[in-house]
Amino acid sequence: MHLFRGFYLLFHYFCARIRQALFFSKEAMKISNYSIKFFGVLLTCLLTINVFANESTVQEQQGDERISTKVEIEEYILHHLKDSHDFHLVSYTNDAGERVHVGFPLPVILYGNNGITTFMSSEFHHDSDGKVIVEKNGNRFVNYHGKIYELEAGATELALDAEHHPVNASKPLDLSITKSVFGILIAGLLMLWFFSSLARQYKKRNIPKGFGRVLEPLVIYVRDEIARPNIGEKKYKKFTGYLLTVFFFIWILNLMGLTPFGFNVTGQIAVTAALAVFTLIIYVVSGNKDFWGHIFWMPGVPILIRPILAIIELVGTLIIKPFSLLVRLFANISAGHIILMSLIAIMINLKADLGPIGSTALSFGLSLFIFVIELLVAFLQAYIFTMLSALFIGMAVAEHDHEHEHDAHGNEVADAEDIRENFI
Amino acid sequence: METMIPNLVGAGIIVIGAGYGLGKIGGSAMEAIARQPEAANKIQTAMIIIAALLEGLAFGALFLGK
Repeated sequence: MHLFRGFYLLFHYFCARIRQALFFSKEAMKISNYSIKFFGVLLTCLLTINVFANESTVQEQQGDERISTKVEIEEYILHHLKDSHDFHLVSYTNDAGERVHVGFPLPVILYGNNGITTFMSSEFHHDSDGKVIVEKNGNRFVNYHGKIYELEAGATELALDAEHHPVNASKPLDLSITKSVFGILIAGLLMLWFFSSLARQYKKRNIPKGFGRVLEPLVIYVRDEIARPNIGEKKYKKFTGYLLTVFFFIWILNLMGLTPFGFNVTGQIAVTAALAVFTLIIYVVSGNKDFWGHIFWMPGVPILIRPILAIIELVGTLIIKPFSLLVRLFANISAGHIILMSLIAIMINLKADLGPIGSTALSFGLSLFIFVIELLVAFLQAYIFTMLSALFIGMAVAEHDHEHEHDAHGNEVADAEDIRENFI
Repeated sequence: METMIPNLVGAGIIVIGAGYGLGKIGGSAMEAIARQPEAANKIQTAMIIIAALLEGLAFGALFLGK
């Protein structure tokens, strides 16, 4: 554990240095230079902490219940990818041979047969095999593989069928503050804090100070490079708020996934699906006459082909676009987490062949390399999600300057305006 | 497990196609930037959009084939 405390102190040292540098630098001329440097320092300490913390996590598992086989590693990785009801940082075995879990419980909120039931997840005592039964409100709950089941009346323990599905328990509506929900709340609070303080600063001065100097170029980047060119000069203002929110939300959550706290929020398909549905609702609601006209009755195409195109366009607009948005983010982030954890597991898998130092060095080098790439991916996926949302919204609100004439074959006939545009 | 084999083979074929497509996008973008270095930003943006769409297809195939 002293390893952990050491890095905690190191992190605080770096934070103090950054804070000092951020708040006491007065040269407004060097803003961009400074922001890039501070950002670099921030990311560097994030990175150091992550790699070391992950290593210490794996190393400290080498007690009586150490993870050593490939099957156990696979289980551990899959467990990390899923959402969970408690916040688990580190497990280790102490001198007395007891298993110690470091972390904190989260509230469980269930809507079952007897109404709402709440308790802390610590009452399950880190059990996920359905063995510990929690009695509340006359209901009995068990945690089986991360999902909470409500036992039927008269059942004393969870019974499973051949495919490991519970047979004598029902699933209550689970409204718990799980790890992902907790991560979303933290990201929301961080954004509220960052951007409300940034907004307040503009009342007093034109150039923000402190952390606002890091945020301002990013906000302007999203506005000028993503919203304005894709949506158009006339209407971009209405949608910039949504695009900024989505961009920073995804980016912060992606970066939180790379900290040792083990968040995997943007790797939950429900979260990415909700984000994709928001984009879908926005471009369906704000789509104009031309947009729907081009979907249902495509101009410039022979009449017989128009119904076929209408089906393709409708499926593409309502299903394929949001589906590709949600799957891209989910798969990229999940794949990143799996690769990073697999590379850390090299330490255990190749210990017999390379010795403890060789396997640790190999795993450290590879995971450091992938971690830097993951930092890039965290930004890139936020950028792409925002960019494609802007593109889809832009398609829906695009205004066509003038109607084109169509000849007998359905091709557009260039009119005087087109010719003048081409000439210029 | 045996019933999974067609899915996995199909997903593999789609990923090969997506890899070919990504290579082609990247190569063409490099050529275009070499010809017109002043348009590098616009070309990069367009390249990333198309690459993202293609990646979505590949991930969709992997997801459905799993």
